[in-house]
Amino acid sequence: MIVYLLCFALLLVGIYGLLVKRDLVRLIIASGITGYATNLMLVLFGYKRGAIYPILEEGKAVSERVMVDPLPQALVLTSIVIELGITAMLVALAIRLFEKNKTFDITKIKRLSG
Amino acid sequence: MPTETWLIFILGFMLVGSIAALEIKDLLSAIIAVGIVGLGLSMAFLLLQAPDLAIVQFLFEIFAIVIMVRAFMKPGYHFSDTKSKHRGRTIIVMAVLVAIFILSINVFKALPPFGEPLMTTSQHYLENAARETGSANIVASIVLDYRGYDTLGEATVLFVAVLGTLTILRVKSNKKKEEESEK
Amino acid sequence: MKQEPGLTLIAKTVTRVSVWLIILYGIYIILHGHLSPGGGFAGGVVIALAFLNVMLTYGRETVTHWVNVEFLHDLEPACGAIYMAIGILGISISGGFLANFLSKGTLFNLLSSGNILLLNIIIGIKVAMGLFTVVWTLAIFHINEGGEK
Repeated sequence: MIVYLLCFALLLVGIYGLLVKRDLVRLIIASGITGYATNLMLVLFGYKRGAIYPILEEGKAVSERVMVDPLPQALVLTSIVIELGITAMLVALAIRLFEKNKTFDITKIKRLSG
Repeated sequence: MPTETWLIFILGFMLVGSIAALEIKDLLSAIIAVGIVGLGLSMAFLLLQAPDLAIVQFLFEIFAIVIMVRAFMKPGYHFSDTKSKHRGRTIIVMAVLVAIFILSINVFKALPPFGEPLMTTSQHYLENAARETGSANIVASIVLDYRGYDTLGEATVLFVAVLGTLTILRVKSNKKKEEESEK
Repeated sequence: MKQEPGLTLIAKTVTRVSVWLIILYGIYIILHGHLSPGGGFAGGVVIALAFLNVMLTYGRETVTHWVNVEFLHDLEPACGAIYMAIGILGISISGGFLANFLSKGTLFNLLSSGNILLLNIIIGIKVAMGLFTVVWTLAIFHINEGGEK
């Protein structure tokens, strides 16, 4: 259970970064950390003690291998790819805002258009 | 050493790395600290018997770090010198988050203990995947055969993200030609 | 100041040899997705990293001489359309959307598991070309806003 609590603490560190920081680059870093914590939590729910990876091998019978849960792994695979798309788009947005306002501070960016 | 001890060690390492990534003033060090968190996550996936996820997380992490370093290393922008003037807001947020953490201990006691998952749907996948799909990698058969529709949705999201990046970073080259011809 | 863009001569020579090995490794990961860990996503990003390698060591001009960049930009949505076409083909041949209609073969062969091999290749090309487009656009934006070079 300590592992679950540590993973939840990682999620709370990411949320703290999203709420408190004022620099655009720190916001992108914090959103990445929140994504990592979520993916880790999903895979932690599917771990079986003493089991092995869910890939069949030649020469070994199927029934004598106890395997971990493959379903959370499939869902997290999709999630990791989408996180990269989100990070790339946030980086593009940050570069565009820097070009127009010459700063990364979000309290100084006040004009929406122009 | 059992797996749980190694996992606690790696998670502690990732916590220290993430706190360092948010608090260090130098920008390059902060981005490298996020890289450490991602690679630690890849090692945790290896310990949790998920080699597919370890490969994908490792490679996508490297890609994200390369994109961020190339985009944010402008000449003369190494230090992010935004002083946080709102000390009150920081303390309130930290107090609320600590309260949420303490209240969540009861929630995690109600879940099945670590290492004993329920696995009601996955029993069907584990027993019948080799016979019904013909592939040896069960995670690949779930991603591309049993739940192939989700992969179509993910391909669409990736396409929209690339399209959004292209639209945001579009350079108006006609304007520059007009400016040059006026001078 | 350097007169030609990119890195030193040693980096260029090593890249010239090793980029083909990286692409071969990516194709290996994609093709063996149903036998060993990996699959379409991991192989796709390895191929995108190979293109990024050439872009970093040689500069952008050489990449336009090496491959046809417009064709690679258009390849990504084409692969998405081919994925949907395979799904609709599954409706017409048997069962529902994205049904597994090719032959399943024997276990542990390279040409087994029906639809999964084909979909792995499509997803691999799509991810590789999408990530290459993102990096290419970021590089163009870098050069343009930094002034004339």
